[in-house]
Amino acid sequence: MANTGWDEFEIGAMLRTFEGEISDIATTLQEDRKYTQNSSFSASVADWRIEKPVFNKDYCIDCQFCWIYCPDISIISRDKKMIGIDMDHCKGCGICVEVCPTNPKSLLMFPEVADEEREIENWPAKEKKEK
Amino acid sequence: MAFDKMELRDTEVWDGNLAAAHALRQCQVDVVSAYPITPSTPIVEGYAKFKSDNYVEGEFIMVESEHAAMSGCIGAAAAGGRVATATSSQGLALMAETLYQASGMRLPIILNIVNRALAAPLNVNGDHSDMYLVRDSGWIQFDAFSPQEAYDLNFIAFKVAEDHEVRTPAVINQDGFMTSHTAQGVKTMDDDTAFNFVGEFKPMNDMLDFEHPVTHGVQTEEDWHFEHKARQHNDMMTIVPQKIDAVFEEFAKLTGRKYNQIEKYDMDDADVAVVCMGTSVETAREVAKEMREKGIKAGVVGIRVFRPFPFMAIAEALKDVKAVAALDRSAPGGTAGALFNEIAGSLFNSDSKIVLSGYIYGLGGRDLTKRHLVDLYTELQANADAGKVLTQQQQFIGVRGPKLAYL
Repeated sequence: MANTGWDEFEIGAMLRTFEGEISDIATTLQEDRKYTQNSSFSASVADWRIEKPVFNKDYCIDCQFCWIYCPDISIISRDKKMIGIDMDHCKGCGICVEVCPTNPKSLLMFPEVADEEREIENWPAKEKKEK
Repeated sequence: MAFDKMELRDTEVWDGNLAAAHALRQCQVDVVSAYPITPSTPIVEGYAKFKSDNYVEGEFIMVESEHAAMSGCIGAAAAGGRVATATSSQGLALMAETLYQASGMRLPIILNIVNRALAAPLNVNGDHSDMYLVRDSGWIQFDAFSPQEAYDLNFIAFKVAEDHEVRTPAVINQDGFMTSHTAQGVKTMDDDTAFNFVGEFKPMNDMLDFEHPVTHGVQTEEDWHFEHKARQHNDMMTIVPQKIDAVFEEFAKLTGRKYNQIEKYDMDDADVAVVCMGTSVETAREVAKEMREKGIKAGVVGIRVFRPFPFMAIAEALKDVKAVAALDRSAPGGTAGALFNEIAGSLFNSDSKIVLSGYIYGLGGRDLTKRHLVDLYTELQANADAGKVLTQQQQFIGVRGPKLAYL
């Protein structure tokens, strides 16, 4: 696209999301969709993130709260199982951590530079309920 | 849902507003999103009445401002509908931001502007301040000099703007009150003939085409903005003028009424000419005829298409004229009038030895009388005889107090 001239664009600065015609897109998984280069799905739009969520599947109960609440559709869930985070689109807002109901939480925020494996090894212990 | 057709007489007595409202009805506009303002209100009110009386199948959206009115039009046009609205003056000023969105997004919206002065001081009468305010907004701009033309140009505007090569919104200007509220005989088309001329709306890249999802209203920075603006200008300069000529031709075949990008009256052998817009064109035509009886070869050029500006056609029309006056009906705010500058630009690199003077007139609905124009043509003849502008290049017509002349 870098060398595209003024006469090569479609008029109106209009962008297409998919290559060609689509049908039944709601039941097609993202990895199977033919996104265009212009679709923001094709590009990383996460470069202003300074804190990232880390997912620890040992505590996850697949309640799907994070999937429902994520404002950027960045929680990847397949067959109602949480399998990870789309780090190209996650902005690091922390809502998934906020809504996670497990004890300890299955999602926690860490600085962007943090090492994921080490943080999972040092995951906080279950909090005792105060009586 | 079916709608009723309306029986019209071959000639109806309509003012410019009613003529435009009937045109919107006959084009079967899908969405009118509007906010009322004098003197344009009866256009959208007319459409709303036709809709509630089942003469049109569409949606009327009542909004909270003119900014919202045009925003509603943009949404409806992006969704894939035939869309129109109307406004004037302060309303147009509030709408200005969204006009640039509409043209940049290449949405073929039709806007009837009933020209009115801009405050302050507040004034509801006709001048071209509002027309000039948005002249570089990327919209095609037609100018109607009478109710008949306000009617005809609406059909022409839809057909030009909606063409898939063009896809650029269009304005039809008419003078506030002098055209909008002056009832005259208007030759009509029957509903079928009128609709068939513009045809069914053909959507393009519409958001309701779920098989081809699109994003409208995108952001581009220094990387792509310039390319999109270049494309917009290129199409205005190359595709739009040709399409306008073709549609003018087609309309003439259908109705016998032939429009041109510039309208020339008594210009074949003219020594002196006035270039102007709006109802002033008709006054100037009448005076030019009378001047000829006095031995002054006077002519008139009316600007029918203000954007894209008929740069070459103006130079061609004036090439054998000796003295020309540009009449600007808008306060120039510290420079020559806009029309003066446009005409000067079109003549500057030509071989013409013409002398050009500019006049500011008619602000806030002040009349331009035949007496004013007799004096003006007499002044032009003196310039023509001398081969130079004997006065200063910018003068004011019809203002009380000491004579104003500059440049």
